[in-house]
Amino acid sequence: MNALDVVLWVVAPYVALTVFVLGHVWRYRYDKFGWTTRSSQMYESRLLRIGSPLFHFGILVVLLGHIGGLVIPKSWTEAAGVSEEAYHVVAVVLGTIAGVATLGGLAILIYRRRTVGPVFTATTRNDKLMYAVLAVTIVLGLAATVMANIVGGGYDYRTTISPWFRSIFYFQPDPALMAGAPLLFQLHALSALLLFAVWPFTRLVHMLTAPVGYLTRPYVVYRSRAEQPTGARAPRRGWEPSR
Amino acid sequence: MRVMAQLAMVMNLDKCIGCHTCSVTCKQAWTNRAGTEYVWFNNVETRPGQGYPRTYQDQEKWKGGWELNARGRLKLKAGGRLKKLFSIFANPLMPSIQDYYEPWTYDYDRLFSAPMQADTPVARPRSLITGEPTKISWSANWDDNLAGGPELAPSDPVLRKVSDQVKLDFENAFMFYLPRICEHCLNPSCASSCPSGAIYKRSEDGIVLVDQDRCRGWRMCVTGCPYKKVYFNHRTGKAEKCTFCFPRVEVGLPTVCSETCVGRLRYIGIILYDADRVTEAASVADDKALFEAQKSVMLDPHDPAVISAARAAGIPEDWLEAARRSPIHKLIFEYGVALPLHPEYRTMPMVWYIPPLSPVVDVLSGTGHDGEDAGNLFGAIDALRIPVGYLAELFTAGDPEPVRAVLRRLAAMRSYMRRLNLGQEADESIAAAVGMTGQGVEDMHRLLALAPYAERYVIPKAHAEQGAQLEELGGGCSLDYEGGPGMGGPFGEASGTPAPIAVENFHALKERQRGGDLEDANELRGRVNLLNWDGKGTPDGLFPKNGRKEEP
Repeated sequence: MNALDVVLWVVAPYVALTVFVLGHVWRYRYDKFGWTTRSSQMYESRLLRIGSPLFHFGILVVLLGHIGGLVIPKSWTEAAGVSEEAYHVVAVVLGTIAGVATLGGLAILIYRRRTVGPVFTATTRNDKLMYAVLAVTIVLGLAATVMANIVGGGYDYRTTISPWFRSIFYFQPDPALMAGAPLLFQLHALSALLLFAVWPFTRLVHMLTAPVGYLTRPYVVYRSRAEQPTGARAPRRGWEPSR
Repeated sequence: MRVMAQLAMVMNLDKCIGCHTCSVTCKQAWTNRAGTEYVWFNNVETRPGQGYPRTYQDQEKWKGGWELNARGRLKLKAGGRLKKLFSIFANPLMPSIQDYYEPWTYDYDRLFSAPMQADTPVARPRSLITGEPTKISWSANWDDNLAGGPELAPSDPVLRKVSDQVKLDFENAFMFYLPRICEHCLNPSCASSCPSGAIYKRSEDGIVLVDQDRCRGWRMCVTGCPYKKVYFNHRTGKAEKCTFCFPRVEVGLPTVCSETCVGRLRYIGIILYDADRVTEAASVADDKALFEAQKSVMLDPHDPAVISAARAAGIPEDWLEAARRSPIHKLIFEYGVALPLHPEYRTMPMVWYIPPLSPVVDVLSGTGHDGEDAGNLFGAIDALRIPVGYLAELFTAGDPEPVRAVLRRLAAMRSYMRRLNLGQEADESIAAAVGMTGQGVEDMHRLLALAPYAERYVIPKAHAEQGAQLEELGGGCSLDYEGGPGMGGPFGEASGTPAPIAVENFHALKERQRGGDLEDANELRGRVNLLNWDGKGTPDGLFPKNGRKEEP
């Protein structure tokens, strides 16, 4: 274990996660107005209607797959009677389908962003950086899976990468676990850390406010001026509402 | 009974001359920013016509508003909550910019910078969306005054419903104007469609607003509103809509569109309604019964039971007084001449209309009859140039009877008042024929024809104890704003309390009017809010100034 490993697999993750958390707090406090999907559907919807669901549903499956692979320890799935082979087959098949859907969707969206005039005009430098980091992360992740399973004989990341991932959250990081992982997995992890670090400052923030509350809230929302001041300033002393 | 107050509007279509002053002043006040170039919170449509956005009334296509499901319960026409969330990544029912129109400007600089040449230089149109030269092929009122009539008007979704009775050939052509703003519905389908819960109805006055800090740009409200009066700001990525000029009505002023209406055809007042009964009334099975159902939700402000329930609900005394003097209540109930726009959308709209009595007098006189004789007028109503069937499709879900009753009352008022003007004796029988008294007809004439300012607008001020919450009343030192003597928090420019909207807008507008470059957001001074940031760049005040020194 050398200093580089410590920087890459201990320092970098904590820096990225700290930026992720504090960045969101900061953004939420200072830029609620900028917290939006900034949808470009108004300009163009033919390509969007294929690309966007493909990408978003794909990436949701990818997210679930990462939770299953990184957060849930191997011992748990084995205790539940899922053998390593069964897990592996399901993970590779689902992961590849979802990964290809995600990448295909992203390709359509990026193509649309570049070729449709109004959409390209509305693309900021921030968006371009975000697209680059996101695309690199997804390509590397898919490449790592494909290389390990199709070219090689499969790689059991649940004995190395997953424990390392969890070790960060117990505050007992173990860089040695990650140092031995294949290069593509390492690059995928690093690009993901970069993605988390830029996340709060891009339009990706819309993910954290996914509107699941819509399923349970009443249809019409009533709000009172009195309960929730809409005024630009808080009431001064002596001017508070009298009821 | 849960009594709530609602600000409402009535527009008298007989007096609308289609001058678009309301639209223009509204645009100057609210949507003169990048991202909202195509947005008209107030627009005036020529009927018959396709409307703005094109064919918005065709709910089989756009799926706005509510419908009843198989069990007779209300559901959003575009689909329930799960369906909404699953179609959130690409809303299949979202109008594109072309359905509104692609906004443009002209290359005016060309007029000054063109070199000496044989031909006069021309300012070519440029798209405000792409910045490229464009060909103008549609706008918010492209079919104004029946322009393109034979080609465009047949696509009017309302006309298609009654087309077999209506002729569009030149001799029989008819038209009238329909000014539209947000309906501030009692059962708003935009708010119900919003996944984030950012659109809310103010419990004090019923104004429907979008919380710009909570809107995440999911775009479902645009689909949900059957009137297509929620717009997507394509620069900020947030929904925006008519605000009923809340900073004005909070201090008792009428909305900008009303204040500037040259025809004095808009009426503003409050009505009291029973919020507990809204869903029940909106679920009535028969579309044609929805008009009466909505009326049944509104309460009589003179009824002692209503008054005590309203007091219990915390409605201030001056609001109850305003409800008793409300021109809206008079026009809907006492005179019975106002009708809702498209009650069949089941949103319980609160901007109502007095249907136009087309130029019937001239037509009758032309045929040698006494055009203002009550009997002749009543008989002519079904032969009006503007077909009753068309008005019924707009205002009463296709039921001609309420429209006929309103037109008869308007005709009776003409006839009755003419006798008075000519110094003849008042003829009570004319009033009685439409179920009114002579005094009632005279009162209605005063409100409709003279329309005195103080009777047209009965707007109770937002209540004094709540003054601290009001944008415009502040409640602090009036000099304690950005650039004022009391400015600045401990951490420099971006800290401390924001400036009042009025002060901020004053500076932003001054900047805009005096600045050489309309597009440069960086010139704007002070903290940025929705009303002065056009979505470009990162103007001062959007982010805290780290390490940058304030200019002396």
